[in-house]
Order: sequence, then structure tokens, then C-alpha cells
Amino acid sequence: MQIIYTDVLVIGGGLAGQRAAISVKRRGHEAIILSLVPAKRSHSAAAQGGMQASLGNCAGAAGDDEDCHFADTVRGSDWGADQQVVRMFAHTAPKAIRELATWGVPWNRVQRGEHAITVDGRGATVVEADASHGLITARNFGGTAKWRACYVSDGTGHAMLYTMSNQAIAANIPVHERMEALALIHDGERCCGAIVRNLINGELFAYVAKATCIATGGFGRIYRVSTNAIINEGMGAAIALETGIACLGNMEAIQFHPTAIVPAGILVTEACRGDGGLLLDGANHRFMPDYEPEKKELASRDVVSRRMEEHIAAGHGAQGRYGPHLWLDIRPLGREHIERRLREVNEICRYFLGIDPQRDLIPVRPAQHYSMGGVRTDHRGQSPQLKGLFAAGEAACWDLHGFNRLGGNSVAETVVAGMIVGDSMADFCDSADGALQVSTSLAEAFAARERERLAAIVQRRGGESVFELTRQMQDTMTDRVGIFRHAEALEAAVSTLQALHRRAQNITLRSSAPGANPELVAAYRLPRMLKLALCVAFGALQRTESRGAHYRADFPQRNDRDWMRRTIASWPEPDAELPTLTYEALDILTWELPPGWRGYGARDYIDHPDTPRRQQEIAALLATMGAADRHQRQAALMPFLHLLPEHLRGRNERLGDD
Amino acid sequence: MERIPARAASRTLRIQILRHNPLDPASTPALQSFELQEADAMTLFIALNEIRQTQDASLQFDFVCRAGICGSCGMIVNGRPVLACRTLTRDLPDDIVLAPLPAFELIGDLSVNTGKWMRGMSERLETWVHAQNLEQADIDALEQTMEPALADQIYELERCIECGCCVAACGTAQMHEEFVGAVGLNQIARFRLDPRDERSDADYYELVGDDSGVFGCMTLLGCQDTCPKDLPLAAQIAFLRRRMAIAGF
Repeated sequence: MQIIYTDVLVIGGGLAGQRAAISVKRRGHEAIILSLVPAKRSHSAAAQGGMQASLGNCAGAAGDDEDCHFADTVRGSDWGADQQVVRMFAHTAPKAIRELATWGVPWNRVQRGEHAITVDGRGATVVEADASHGLITARNFGGTAKWRACYVSDGTGHAMLYTMSNQAIAANIPVHERMEALALIHDGERCCGAIVRNLINGELFAYVAKATCIATGGFGRIYRVSTNAIINEGMGAAIALETGIACLGNMEAIQFHPTAIVPAGILVTEACRGDGGLLLDGANHRFMPDYEPEKKELASRDVVSRRMEEHIAAGHGAQGRYGPHLWLDIRPLGREHIERRLREVNEICRYFLGIDPQRDLIPVRPAQHYSMGGVRTDHRGQSPQLKGLFAAGEAACWDLHGFNRLGGNSVAETVVAGMIVGDSMADFCDSADGALQVSTSLAEAFAARERERLAAIVQRRGGESVFELTRQMQDTMTDRVGIFRHAEALEAAVSTLQALHRRAQNITLRSSAPGANPELVAAYRLPRMLKLALCVAFGALQRTESRGAHYRADFPQRNDRDWMRRTIASWPEPDAELPTLTYEALDILTWELPPGWRGYGARDYIDHPDTPRRQQEIAALLATMGAADRHQRQAALMPFLHLLPEHLRGRNERLGDD
Repeated sequence: MERIPARAASRTLRIQILRHNPLDPASTPALQSFELQEADAMTLFIALNEIRQTQDASLQFDFVCRAGICGSCGMIVNGRPVLACRTLTRDLPDDIVLAPLPAFELIGDLSVNTGKWMRGMSERLETWVHAQNLEQADIDALEQTMEPALADQIYELERCIECGCCVAACGTAQMHEEFVGAVGLNQIARFRLDPRDERSDADYYELVGDDSGVFGCMTLLGCQDTCPKDLPLAAQIAFLRRRMAIAGF
């Protein structure tokens, strides 16, 4: 078996992985990226509407800054996020977007003068200042106080990913395409690379590295109806879990996006609503203002999705061939806007629905969209349990999003996390901890184990079909671990998933084709997907409260008193039937923004006793600060700059700064 | 996988697939025929997965986004290169013939290695912004301004998804392995338009000023006819040829 040595092994070729590799390379270390597919085909390309960064350039963004971005993100998370990480993120996002601007992303720019916009289904006018002309513009998105989503038409992720990939090519970073990591190599304390399978010819390799980064995105394909690309099966998180040492955080926190087209589940961007599109019911009634008078269609995704399903359950859906759905109406935006700023939406409607969104309503219903949970890391991206293992982007849970992510914060997170975690891995490589003392026999032992597992799958004769079991897992997740959850359905889901996990040991392959063999690939991935599904379902069953996207119909209140804690899942015994769940307390007394009402959604929650105490502390502290500026006030409440790499600590310049 | 209920009295599709597994010494390229009940709103993504799941588990093909944006699933459908994921069977006759994209290394059946080809093209044409001191750029400061219309124009060319349909449809690319294709020439046009890229026409001439570049194009325009993103490839190639002719003169 060939052993390939590198300083840093990045598993996943999307925005987070490539940006991390670029940081590593800039610091003088070698990086290799593994990718299931050509890097430019990664799921990052599917981000349509925008990237959140508080540049504050356009009229709708006036007055925006890191403080607003921070507060929106924490409220969006339903106070589940790590507030220091949110601060690091909000501070770095403007730098990330400006770096991408120098690298070539054709961000849409502010055009001076009057513009027609659409508000509440009617025309309105906005005037852009001369001074802003040519700077990066932004559009409105859900759950935000300002227009903050910077965009490239509705191909934002595509443009970002191409620019990032081209920079990685310029930096001469190898991307080993069509390669899948099957297992992390570790000695119980230290991760030192991965056993990797070539998806063209089936050959196994060992990649030995000082630092290994999981950047494999989310795991939406454990659900039947998901906006995710079909490669989003969560294998990075799963192989971390299978170490028995590294942990996953908040796996039950699953986001459902309000506007996936029916029936294909393909996403149409939140920018449709941000730019003025409306949600209508079966009677063509605009129903969101009835539920959410403040934010209407632009409440956070968890709230809008819940309201939509609630409205459908009350019998107000439109009846379609594939069951009830609602309508997205972007007709008021007009031809020019749709053809220039919502081009992908226009194409998706034409090709997949055979409709013209300039004239027709778009059938939509919420679908699984994002995994807030993932490999649990500290604020620099390292696993607290397994040294040398890092994670970034959707695959990670450093905990930027808590229980609900805001639209446009995911692509922003990928790049910001890549910048920070890449630097963190370079620090690790430079440190004494980074030195590798791995023996080749350890790599050989892991490779032998994987080889035996694969051989065992090929030889089994239990008669089960991998495709049938996969379908049952996906049905179970969509039907029972969806938007509305309750104990009975979750218990049934857990036992069904356990049964499927046992049956997966009896899969018989029908094909023995030489090469990678797509059926064998499905067969070795399924048990790992089932483990992730069990983390989600069991975590959801245990969390007896409602927070963000995790909604328990039998426990409808957010319960800060008992649930101010993060779920930590591990799988210490390979043969165990369930993950081990433990909980990590969140300390309100260290927070800048104590829990409260989000400004949308339910006002009903159970307070934590520390909340009033922290509120008083903050009020008293601020009262002593007199004429201090916002930076000084922030630093007094919750310092974070010291957590960032030095070169990312500078203040972000904005138009109109003194 | 989205499950879609079958429509009453649906058609039976006869799907012939050009199959070959280069890793199997016993394999020779041949058409294999599958029959499939058409379902409502069925795409080739759904059809091929159904064939793999119910008829032949060894069938190889590539899909990633299944939404027409990632460029993974280019294949020849009844003689034309298209994105399979957004091709609806209802737009096709009862008899459907699928073949892998030509001009790319075959992985197996309908799967070809476009990624390797595209990375090679990118390395050769240096498809990135060339600027001094990019690593030292001050990312705390206000960004450089750009005319909004220019940003739109760059995005127009940036929409390429490197699916390979233009290469598969190109007469030159079939005869001339080194030809960079419309995909490559479009990239040069894109960076040439971008003021952030400091390269001159003389630099671009070094990259595409020969018959593996812009002078290899025979103006058959298969690229523009098949581009799934409707990129203005013919105009870009014609314009680039004129600029390169001047630069090389």
C-alpha cells in the first residue's frame, strides 16, 4: 500500500477546505485536498443568494456593523451559538469578502441613484449615494436587521467556489479528486491522517499528516427530501464519530429551508423573499403577516418553515399532484430583476417545473437544508478530544449557528472558518505537538482493518438491498425527525434506525464489478449514515424543549433553565446500538447578549436564573463606561480579538468612518 | 432520492446505454438496453438511479447537485451533449440513447473524468487573477470599486460550470487533443475583461495565440449550440481571435 505524506490533509474540496489549505500553504506547509468530486463541483457551488458580511455600503445596509451581525446571528441561533465564535465570525466576514474581491469574485456593486425595489408586493424606491458607487452591494435576507447578503446574482457560491479553486490551483495545492476517506488513522490520542479509497479504481491509500481537517459539508442525504447535493452524506463527520474519541455537537439541530421546489426538493434562494417575493397559500392569500407581523416572509428559516407547515396542516395548502404545498410569488419583482438577479431560479423553474416565474407561481414546501451540528471543535477548529483533528465549515460545530443558521451565514462561515482553522493548523504544525511520531505499522493496521471490512461486505449473503435500506432510513428521517417532532415519533424513529443498522450487516451486493463499484460504495456508507441519523434522532428525543429548528410539539417552549447546553455525541463502542450523549453547559454569565425574545417567532420561553443576573451586570458595566465607543464597550463585555490570528484582528474600514 | 408516483398509463421508455468498464478486462464497449416505466416529472437523474437500483447495480454515472448548477452530469443524450439532471424524459422520445461525453478519459459507462481535464486546462491557461502582492492585500480597508455593469459582464462569463458539453460538441477538440476548447477560451475572455488581472494581451497571446488556442477554432459553433448556460461563446471566441491576431502581429 502506498503511503502519502503531507503536513496537512484536508478532507473536502469545498470553500472551507480549499480556503484552509490556502492558509496552510501560505504559512509554508504542504497541504493535500481530498475530494469526492472535482473541487469546483462541491456543494458550496449551490449557495445562491448571498454571503453575509457587514460592509454597510448600500442604502439598505446603512449603519450596519459587526455588532448588528453578531446580534442577528445570536438571535437566529436561538441563543444556542457560542457567542465568542459569533464575534470572531462577524469580525472576520468583511475581511473574507474583501479578500475574495481582490481574488476575482465579481460581487454585484452599488449603482448610484434611484432604484425601483419591491416591498410588501408593491413598488418602492431606494436611492444609493454617490459615495457608495462601485462598492460591494447587498440584499435583504431573513432574520437580519440590515441588508447584509453580498451577492453575485444568484450564483454567489458558484462564483466564490470558482475563484477559490482557481486560487488553490495558483498556489499549486494538489486536489486528489474522486478520493474518499474511509477512516481516520489515530493512536487513541492523536489523529495522523486517513485511509483513503480511490473512487475510480477502488485502490486504498494511507495519507499520513500532522494535521487532518474534516471539511466535508453536511449530511442532508440522511433525509428523503433535501436540498443537498447527493454527495452530502456526512462521511467526514461519520469517520470522526467512528474514531470513538472525537465528538459531534448538536446533531439534532437540522435546518429546513422554506422554499424547496415540489417535488424535486431543489432549492430556490431566500433572496426571492429578500428581494420582495411573497409566500401565498392555496387561496392565493399572503399568510405570513398573519403569523409574523414584524418580519413576515423574512423571519428566520426555522420560524418561516414552521409557519408554512402549520398553515398546510390547517388545511390552507395548495393541492398538487405530490400533496399539499404553498406558493412562492416572485412575479412582482419583474422580468428584468428576475433575469439579472435571480437567473438560477429562473432556470430551475424553466427546466424542472416547466414554468415561467415571471408569470407563474412557484410550488414550494420546506425541505431539509443544513446541518448546524457536526464535528465538535474549539474556537480555532480543533477537536478537544482528538489532537491533530480539525474541522471547518458545515461539517464542523465550533458553534456559530446554534439551533438555527441565518441565510447567507453558511458561505460566509466556510471562508471565515477556512481562514481561521487553516491558520490554526499551521500553528499546530509549527508547534511541538505537531511533530509526527506515527509508525507505518499504525497506518498499515488501519488499512488492513478497512480492507477486511470491504472484503466482508463483498462476501456477505444476508439478502438485504442497500438501496432499499437507504430509502427506509431517508423515509424515517423525513417522516419522523422533521420540522415537528414529538416523543412518540422520535422513539419509533430511533428503533427503526437501530433495526436498519442491524439489517445493514446483512446487505448482499448484486454487483461485483471491478473498480470502485457504486453499489459497494453505497453499502459501506450506509451504516455510517445510520450512525449519524441515530445521533440526530436520539439527540432530538432527549432534548425536551424547542429551540431554533429543533421543535418539540410536546415541549413547545424554549427552556433556558434546563437546556442551556450543547449536545455532545460520541460512539465509544463500535458495536453499541446508540450514541453516547453528554451535555456541555453554556455559560450565560460570560455572554455579551443574554437570552431573550428573538424579535420573531414565539415569545414564550422559560428563563434561566443567570439571565437577569447577567443583564444587570451588563447594564451596570455599561453605565460606568460613559463616552466609550462601541469597540470599547464590546471589549468590556466579552473580549474576543485575542482568540483570532493576529493578522485578522484589524478594524474593518467602512464608508463614513472618521 | 425524491420518490415520484407513477402517472396512470405511463410510457415505457427504452433506454440504451453505451457501457464499458475499462477496469474489467472482459468488458468491451456495447449498448445495453433497459426498459423503464416513465414517471411524472422524471429526469434522467431519476431514471438512471432507478435503473441502478432495480436493474443493474454496476451502472456508473455522475451526479452531484442534480439541480443543473455543478456540471457533473454532462452526457450525450440522443446525439447531443446535455446536462442529464435537468433533462426531463417527457421531452424525449420513447427510445433514448445515452453515451459518455467524448474527448474525456472514460471512468466507466457514463462517467468521464472532466475534473482532470479542467484542472489541466486551468493550470495551462492560468485561469486566476494575476496581480502583484495579492497576499499582502489590505483586507481591512474598503474594497476597490468596480463599475456595476462591468461586474455583471464578468459574471456573465463566470457562469461557466465546466461541464464539458462544449468540448464534446467541438470538432477541433475531437481531432486535436491539445485544444483548450470554448471553456478555456471563455476563461481567457473572462480574465481579460477583469481589471484586477494585470496580464496584457501579449501575455494572453502566449497562452492561446496558436492552434491549440484561439486559432484552432473552426467556427463550427457546436459549443454555443450546446452550452447549458447559454454563454455567448461564439462572440467571445471571435473577439478574442481579433485581439490575439493584433497582439501577435
